[in-house]
Amino acid sequence: MRDFSYIAATTIPEAVALLDEKGESARILAGGTDLIVQVREARRDVDWMIDIKSIPEVNVLNYDATTGLTLGAAVECYKIYADDAICDAYPSLIDATKIIGGTAIQGRAGVGGNLCNASPAADGIPPLIVLNASCVIAGPNGERELPVEQFCTAPGQTALEKGEMLISLKIPVPANNSSSYYLRFIPRNEMDIAVVGAGAAVTLDAAKETIVSARIALAAVAPTPLFAEEASALLAGREVSDAAIDAAAEAAQAIARPISDMRGTAEQRTHLVGVLTRRALNGAIQRVREAT
Amino acid sequence: MARRSHVQTTLNGETVEFLCEPRQSLLEVLRDELHLTGAKEGCNNGNCGACSVILDGRLVNSCLVLGVETEGKSVETIEGVADPDKLHPIQDAFLENAALQCGICTPGFIMSAKALLDENPNPTEHEVRYWLAGNLCRCTGYDKIVRAVLDAAAAE
Repeated sequence: MRDFSYIAATTIPEAVALLDEKGESARILAGGTDLIVQVREARRDVDWMIDIKSIPEVNVLNYDATTGLTLGAAVECYKIYADDAICDAYPSLIDATKIIGGTAIQGRAGVGGNLCNASPAADGIPPLIVLNASCVIAGPNGERELPVEQFCTAPGQTALEKGEMLISLKIPVPANNSSSYYLRFIPRNEMDIAVVGAGAAVTLDAAKETIVSARIALAAVAPTPLFAEEASALLAGREVSDAAIDAAAEAAQAIARPISDMRGTAEQRTHLVGVLTRRALNGAIQRVREAT
Repeated sequence: MARRSHVQTTLNGETVEFLCEPRQSLLEVLRDELHLTGAKEGCNNGNCGACSVILDGRLVNSCLVLGVETEGKSVETIEGVADPDKLHPIQDAFLENAALQCGICTPGFIMSAKALLDENPNPTEHEVRYWLAGNLCRCTGYDKIVRAVLDAAAAE
């Protein structure tokens, strides 16, 4: 592996100052399951690895039924799905954290790192989009927040400016009669990268017959994960029906602009967007209806 | 070359100190600096699990951890699993079930199985298969490994 220096930062100002000073040659180390491989395979030129795991704010995992979830940028997947309250409130996030790699990866990798790695196929990002997450970002000029769907700008590229780092993700409290669902298509049972991923969150009325609002997000069909905004809006006010879900799935297909590669052709991926969007919506609706 | 760092960690229950470069993985530190060659390098990118160790109670791929990250932490490797005079029940079960052929993947599988049984002493076959999905074996076809882990769970 190429030579680099390692610094374990203990405060956010320290990490931000280092990032600001070192610029492009520095990279944040959290779980390292993407970064260490990228550096070893010479896919990223890193001279400084700044380990943030000793910074308290990035390790916060706190769900409060009135304020929602604060998910620190370095919190590992296994801690997220071990928390019953989080499993109940944000099931799509649990769907994703349980399928990111195997046990050993889930012991190190986190959703914050999954987001900052900015893979178009990231399983962790569609749930964040449908759950309306916002990114809390620290930088030389203080803190700012950014809706998660604006965070990834290209494969491996993010909206983080020089000196900025992700501190945490904030996810609002789910509405009554709401739930969410994430799934992906892969040719194996587990342990693979999504050919296509789809997430959905729905809020139903008290009778659980009409969709009050919905959010749909897609992975691996564009240079970044996508918020399917028009498809989502089509569902607001519609009665739960195959026709409504089919219309949303078609609208989601319309924004997919996949490539053909070793995992699948563009044609197959576009087809899968329709199938998976329907399944994600139906899965979320079923979870609302099954909840007591 | 970046300066070598002094690291103190607990390894299989004993305090150890070593010097390493930041770019050395925990796997490289174990094998090249501490001469514990039980953990194996298979893929060196987190796919195969041959380098599995337990870090502060969690199963990790030691190829995806930097040696310098283990300062103040606790590392368990295959070398610490058996008692001096008898094998661990998981090791016995691997032998009884012939759950290995070439043996390269075995230390990783045993550490992974140990992490599972430490957390869930009575797993279902489904849970065993999911837990071990990050450990690859090109000899056995997995079935004997899964039987061995279930037997070890029953024996403990």
